[in-house]
Amino acid sequence: CLPILAVSDVVKQNQSKTSTIRPNLLITKEEGLEIYEDMVLGRSFEDMCAQMYYRGKMFGFVHLYNGQEAVSTGFIKLLKKADSVVSTYRDHVHSLSKGVPARAVMSELFGKTTGCCNGQGGSMHMFSKEHNVIGGFAFIGEGIPVATGAAFSSKYRKEVLKQTDFEDVTLAFFGDGTANNGQFFECLNMAALWNLPIVFVVENNLWAIGMSHLRATSDPQIWKKGPAFGMPGVHVDGMDVLKVREVAKEAIGRARRGEGPTLVECETYRFRGHSLADPDELRDPAEKAHYAARDPITALKKYMIENKIASEAELRAIEKKIDEVVEDSVEFADASSHPPRSQLLKNVFADPKGFGIGPDGKYRCEDPKFTEGTAHV
Amino acid sequence: NQMTVRDALNSALDEEMSADPKVFLMGEEVGEYQGAYKITKGLLDKYGPERVLDTPITEAGFTGIGVGAAYYGLKPVVEFMTFNFSLQAIDHIINSAAKSNYMSAGQMSVPIVFRGPNGAAAGVGAQHSHCFAAWYGSCPGLKVLAPYSSEDARGLLKAAIRDPDPVVFLENELLYGESFPVSAEALDSSFCLPIGKAKIEKEGKDVTITAFSKMVGYALQAAEILANEGINAEVINLRSIRPLDRSTINASVRKTNRLVTVEEGFPQHGVGAEICASVVEDSFGYLDAPVERICGADVPMPYAANLERMAVPQVEDIVRAAKRVCYRDAKMAAAA
Repeated sequence: CLPILAVSDVVKQNQSKTSTIRPNLLITKEEGLEIYEDMVLGRSFEDMCAQMYYRGKMFGFVHLYNGQEAVSTGFIKLLKKADSVVSTYRDHVHSLSKGVPARAVMSELFGKTTGCCNGQGGSMHMFSKEHNVIGGFAFIGEGIPVATGAAFSSKYRKEVLKQTDFEDVTLAFFGDGTANNGQFFECLNMAALWNLPIVFVVENNLWAIGMSHLRATSDPQIWKKGPAFGMPGVHVDGMDVLKVREVAKEAIGRARRGEGPTLVECETYRFRGHSLADPDELRDPAEKAHYAARDPITALKKYMIENKIASEAELRAIEKKIDEVVEDSVEFADASSHPPRSQLLKNVFADPKGFGIGPDGKYRCEDPKFTEGTAHV
Repeated sequence: NQMTVRDALNSALDEEMSADPKVFLMGEEVGEYQGAYKITKGLLDKYGPERVLDTPITEAGFTGIGVGAAYYGLKPVVEFMTFNFSLQAIDHIINSAAKSNYMSAGQMSVPIVFRGPNGAAAGVGAQHSHCFAAWYGSCPGLKVLAPYSSEDARGLLKAAIRDPDPVVFLENELLYGESFPVSAEALDSSFCLPIGKAKIEKEGKDVTITAFSKMVGYALQAAEILANEGINAEVINLRSIRPLDRSTINASVRKTNRLVTVEEGFPQHGVGAEICASVVEDSFGYLDAPVERICGADVPMPYAANLERMAVPQVEDIVRAAKRVCYRDAKMAAAA
């Protein structure tokens, strides 16, 4: 049994001084390019979403991820396809990092049939069974128990069903506001109690809409709550993808080896308002400027060039490629069709006879007796 | 052959766990304590702590964990010590369980059962005596069952566990210890009742009485009293709140031309209100009298035993209502 660690960034830096290898150099060119591409994709995709939102192509609440890319990329790019990601309403980029095609995400946002949920989910509810992206949850804390349940199923498959001899890992992403919610504490407890293969990833962007983290939380160091529940708690600079990646490697490795959960607090910042409807008047411009200067994509680019991991031309080529991918996703979404009326009543139940199908085999939305509702017997 | 509802539920859980290793139980006191109401008695010994999970007191947490496990094909049976506690977890029942299949366009199905005692028990006051049939019955994506007899309990619980969708399974604490005759067929491990089908407990021609859970027993008692006064009541045990078996209800009303609905829940937007609407929509021309709804009183449940008795439907309330719709009540007849 490992000792329970409470690792702050300061402690980690002190430790690394005694090490002969600087972990930041443990990145290959191939890895560097993959990380860079994923972060640029996240950024460009979200910028395009803002444009499309203002053009009326998407609607409702749209929460963009700009500024936080190091967290999604740093963690998710280390996962296998069978590993799971549970996200919040700010879920586009987690889905992209996990491999859901930009076309499928953009089409979902446009409300088209070619979307990853055929237009039935929307911005806040991304699902892809194929990629093990299992939601987009719109309520604070709601995704955490579901993620814990996914981790539970992984352990169950190994220990009860004996279908595997390893544990797939689940990552639960959520923000600083959620770290004051009861479901967070309930699940830290059960995940540690049952030794589940999960990593709780707090994206502490310092603001819950307009509520400052410091004004909302008695002890703002969220990572400390890990040791309180019997799991390691780690704080990491969430604007530095290489640091995030290092911490993520350890946490994901622990989970996969059956050594249980980890709580990781990534200190990050969102470059835009809470959602596209947020006037964002409460955050201090000086604070915004401070974090803008720490843009994780710029930082990675600088690092790779300075350390001769990649050339400017190579990185520009990636940016150009991503521009095309995002443009293509918009064209694809635009050209896709809206869901037909007959789709309205589809997918309420998994049971094919369980919902809304009339005696003639047609969906009941064709039927004036619509009030009979979901309950065709 | 007699069996208590408790044993019926216990045997159904046992058989389904035995048949499918993906079925597991979780909840407060389901393991070492053998269930707060002993419904899970013996299952921990038989299936072990990996499949019979004692959870901390964290309804939101363990209900959400159940949903996440169901996403990956496990079949959790989540016990609420009573359904009153499901309010702590209703976000996961409604927002996670009921909506995932739709939001994901059919990618994430949620084969889960939420079960436990629902509605009024005895002397437990306002916070422990609430019927949630109408609440869950109003939500698309859920199936809502309410067994009355031991046959219902076995057949419906087995159906719920085998169902690929989320099922809210509303039991009644006061029925757990009641014995009912069970057929050999109902005792067979393959026995299963269809979800969405009501059962005509007693055929009749003069008035239709719909009820579910404990109120089915009251309706049957009322029917006996009515028979002595020359009124032949038909008693429908709904079994399923959602889907609601509208065709059985309407067919009965078209025969009897009169309807009394009975439930322990509150009147406004209740199960009876929905049945009423269905009959008005489909069988308006067949009604010979206004429909009567017998419900719980529109107050939080009082503690005092005499007030509590007044707050839930009694057999005599059903008898009186049936007589009124048959125009046998002197006062009502004069008014009519």
